[in-house]
Amino acid sequence: MKKELGIFVLLIVLCVIVAIINPNFLQTINLQNLARQIGAFGIFSIGLGLVIITGGIDLSVGSMMALLGVLLSIVLTEWGVSPLPAVLLCAAVAMGLSLFHGVLITRMNMQPFIVTLCGLLFYRGLARFITHDETKGFGAVEGLGALRSLANGNLVGIPMPFILLIIVSAITWVFLHWSVYGRYLFATGHNAEAARYAGINTRRIITLAYVASGLLTAISGIIFAFYTNSVSPANHGNAYELYGIAAAVLGGCSLRGGEGSVVGILIGTALLQVLRNLVNLLGIPSSLDFAVMGGVILIGVLADQFFTDRRNRRQVVMLQESPTAESQQ
Amino acid sequence: MTLSPILQLTGISKRFPGVVALDGVDLEVYPGEVVALIGENGAGKSTLMKILGGVTKRDAGSIRIQGQECEIPSPREANRLGIEFIHQELSVLDNLDVGANIFLGREPTRVSWLKLLDRKRIYAEADALLRKLGLNLSSRTPLSRLSIAQQQLVEIARSINARARILIMDEPTSSLTLSETQRLLEIVKDLKAHGVSIIYISHRLDEVEKVADRAVVLRDGRNAGTLARQEIERERMVRMMVGRNLQDFYVSHDATTSGDVNWFTVSNLRTSRYPHHSISFSVAQGEVMGLAGLVGSGRSEVAQAVFGVEEALACEITLGGKRLAIQSPQNAIAEGIYLVPEDRRSCGLIVDFSISKNISLPGLKRYATAGLVDFSAENTKAAEMCRAINIKAPSPNIQAANLSGGNQQKVVLAKWLALSPKVLILDEPTRGIDVGAKAEIYALIRKLAEQGVSIIVISSEMEEVLGISDRISVMHEGRITGILQRQQFSEEAVMRLATGSNG
Repeated sequence: MKKELGIFVLLIVLCVIVAIINPNFLQTINLQNLARQIGAFGIFSIGLGLVIITGGIDLSVGSMMALLGVLLSIVLTEWGVSPLPAVLLCAAVAMGLSLFHGVLITRMNMQPFIVTLCGLLFYRGLARFITHDETKGFGAVEGLGALRSLANGNLVGIPMPFILLIIVSAITWVFLHWSVYGRYLFATGHNAEAARYAGINTRRIITLAYVASGLLTAISGIIFAFYTNSVSPANHGNAYELYGIAAAVLGGCSLRGGEGSVVGILIGTALLQVLRNLVNLLGIPSSLDFAVMGGVILIGVLADQFFTDRRNRRQVVMLQESPTAESQQ
Repeated sequence: MTLSPILQLTGISKRFPGVVALDGVDLEVYPGEVVALIGENGAGKSTLMKILGGVTKRDAGSIRIQGQECEIPSPREANRLGIEFIHQELSVLDNLDVGANIFLGREPTRVSWLKLLDRKRIYAEADALLRKLGLNLSSRTPLSRLSIAQQQLVEIARSINARARILIMDEPTSSLTLSETQRLLEIVKDLKAHGVSIIYISHRLDEVEKVADRAVVLRDGRNAGTLARQEIERERMVRMMVGRNLQDFYVSHDATTSGDVNWFTVSNLRTSRYPHHSISFSVAQGEVMGLAGLVGSGRSEVAQAVFGVEEALACEITLGGKRLAIQSPQNAIAEGIYLVPEDRRSCGLIVDFSISKNISLPGLKRYATAGLVDFSAENTKAAEMCRAINIKAPSPNIQAANLSGGNQQKVVLAKWLALSPKVLILDEPTRGIDVGAKAEIYALIRKLAEQGVSIIVISSEMEEVLGISDRISVMHEGRITGILQRQQFSEEAVMRLATGSNG
C-alpha cells in the first residue's frame, strides 16, 4: 500500500491545485464527466495491468476496440441481432483473439510486443476494410436503451462506467491479491523459470492474463462505442493501449513484470484523466495535452524509482543490523 | 625470492548481508610466479578475486601494485593496471569471430577520426597469437564453431594481447578434458616464463601440484596458511582447506540402508543432450545416492528430466512399484518428487518474493480455501520452517534477495520439506555457501534420509560426494560409467570414472 501512497498524494495535490485555479473543476457535471472517463479507461487498463504483471504487454487494445465497435454496430444495425447476444459475441471475439495472442506467446515463444503489435496493425486494418473506412453508428435501432445507459447513464448520480469499474476492480482485486492464481501471476511475472520449477503452469497463467485483458477490453470497447455513439474505424480507440500502459506504470506496475496492484492502476488511470481535464480547464492549448501527460508520467515513475531504491536499501540495512541474521560464529 | 612483489593485498575485508566473506586476507604475488589460490567453495576466493578485478568493492584493506597503493573501482581500471580475469564462465562473445574477440575493446583503428577497424592488423596479429598458443585455426572462424576448450584459449589469447601482468584464472579446467587440461597447464608455464604472474584458482589439487609455485589457502574468509613449492601436496592442502576432520563435517551414518532397493527407479532415460545414451539407476528408500561427473556430463539433464522441467526423449520412472508419467514439474510434485535446482537465484527461488511466499509457492493450494490464500496459515508455516531448519532472518517477510546464499538455499529446501518429500534431488546443493550452512545442509540431508526419503545429490565437489553419499553413480558424457559402493569410495576411483579413462 505504501507504494501507491506517493502517486495518490500526487493525484490529490493535482486535484486541489486545479480546483483552486478553476473552481469549475468541482462542478457536478465536470466531476461526472471525469468519473465516466475514468470508468471507461480504467476497465481496460486493469486488464492491461494483469498482462504487464506477467511481464508481457498488449499493444492491440485500441485497434481491438475499433474492431469490436464496428462489429457491434454491424451486428446490431445490419444483422438485427438483439443486444445481449451481440454483446456476448463481442466479448467472445475479444477473448478468442486474446487467447490466440496468449498461445502465440506461450507456445510459439514469440515476444508479446511483436504479437500484439501485429494485432494493433491487423485489427485496425480489418476494421477499416469491413466498413470500407466508413464511420459506423447505432442509428435508430430500438431496444438499445440498456446498452446506451451503460455508457451514458447514471445510478444515483454516479456514471455507470464508473460503477462498472468499481465492480471490475473489486473482482480483480480479490483475484490478484487474495487468490492462488493471483500469486501465481506475480510469481510468473517475477521469474517464470523459478515459477515453473515450483510447479506452476506458467503458460496457462500467462494465457489467462491475456484472455482476462481481452474480456475487459471488450467491456471498455462497448462502453466507448456507445459513449461516442459512432465508430470511426480509422481513429476509434487510437493509442488507447498507451493510456492503459501509462496508467499501469504510473500505478506501480513494472514493465519487467511481477509488480503492480489494482489500487495503483486505478489511481494511475484517475491521474491521467485528471491531467486531460486539467489541460482543458486551465486553458492550456490542447495540443500540449500529450506533452503534459508525458512529463507527469516521467516524473511520477522517476520519483517511484527513487523511493523504491531507498526502501530496498533500508531492508538490507535492517538485515545487517539484525542479530539473528549474523552468520555462524 | 628477492624481487619485490608485483601485487600485494593486505587486510582485505568484505561483508555481505548475513555473511562475512573476507576477514583481513593477505595475498602477495611476485613477478613470474604461479600462485594457487585454494579453499572450499565459499572460502572467499571468488570474492577476493572480484575485488582485485574491480567487480566488487572492498570494505577494508589495501591493494598495492608494484609498491603503488591503488584503487580498483571498475574492471576497466583493473585492465589498465594489467590485471586480466579469466572467469569460470566464459565471457567471450559467440556472435563474433575469434579475431574480434581477441581485440574486443582495444581494436586497432585506421583513419584516426573515423575510427575504422583495421581488420588486416586484427587478423594478422590474432593469427600469430593463436599459433603461439598452439591453436590451429584461423582468427576469422566464428567463435560459435569452437569447442569450449578452444574458446577458453581464445580468452587467454585476449588476456595476453592485453599485455596482462597479472592473470587470474578461475577454475580454468572445469570443463576441459584431460588432454586439454595438459595443454592449458603448459601454456600457464609458458606465460610464467614470459614474466606473467598468475593467480590460479582450482579445486583440482593435482593441477595445483603440477603448476603452482606457491599455494595460498583460504578458509572461511581468512588466510589458513601458505605452502611453498616443496610443501605442496594433496594431504597438506586438504587439511588446511578443511581445517577439521571430515568425520566431524559430514554426519556419520551406517552404510546399510534398509528398505526396498528398487524403491525409486529411472530406466532408459534419454535426454536431448545425449540422445544416443540411455541411463538407468535406482535409489533405495532412505538412501543418499551421489551423482558425480564433470560439468557437462549430463547430470543436471538427468535431474531436469526426472523432475519434468525438460522433456526426456524416453524415460520410465517408478516409485514404490508404481509407474509414473512425468511430463511437467506439476506431475513430479504431485508424486512427491522434488528438485533443488543448480541455479538457486534463477530457478530455485523467486528472489523478489518474501521467504514466506517462496516456501508456500509449490503447495499454495494447501493454504487456500475456495481459491483464496489464508495468509496467516502461510506465515505460520513459514515461521515454523525457518525455526526448524534455522533460516537466519529477522522475519519470514524479508525478501529472499537479501539473504545470504546459505539461507537462500535453506529457503529452497524449506519449500520442499513443507510438502514432505518422497524423492529429493539436489543439484549442487552447497555451491557458493559458507561452511557453517553447508554443514547444516549435510545434516539435514542425512536426517531426511533417515526419515525414509530417497535422495540424489549431484555435486562437483569431490569431498562432498564422498562425504555424503551411501553410493555414488559416476557419469561421463551422457552415461553412467560406474557405480561405487561405500567401501570402494576414493577420489581417484570417482575421477577415473568421471573422465572415462576406465570403463
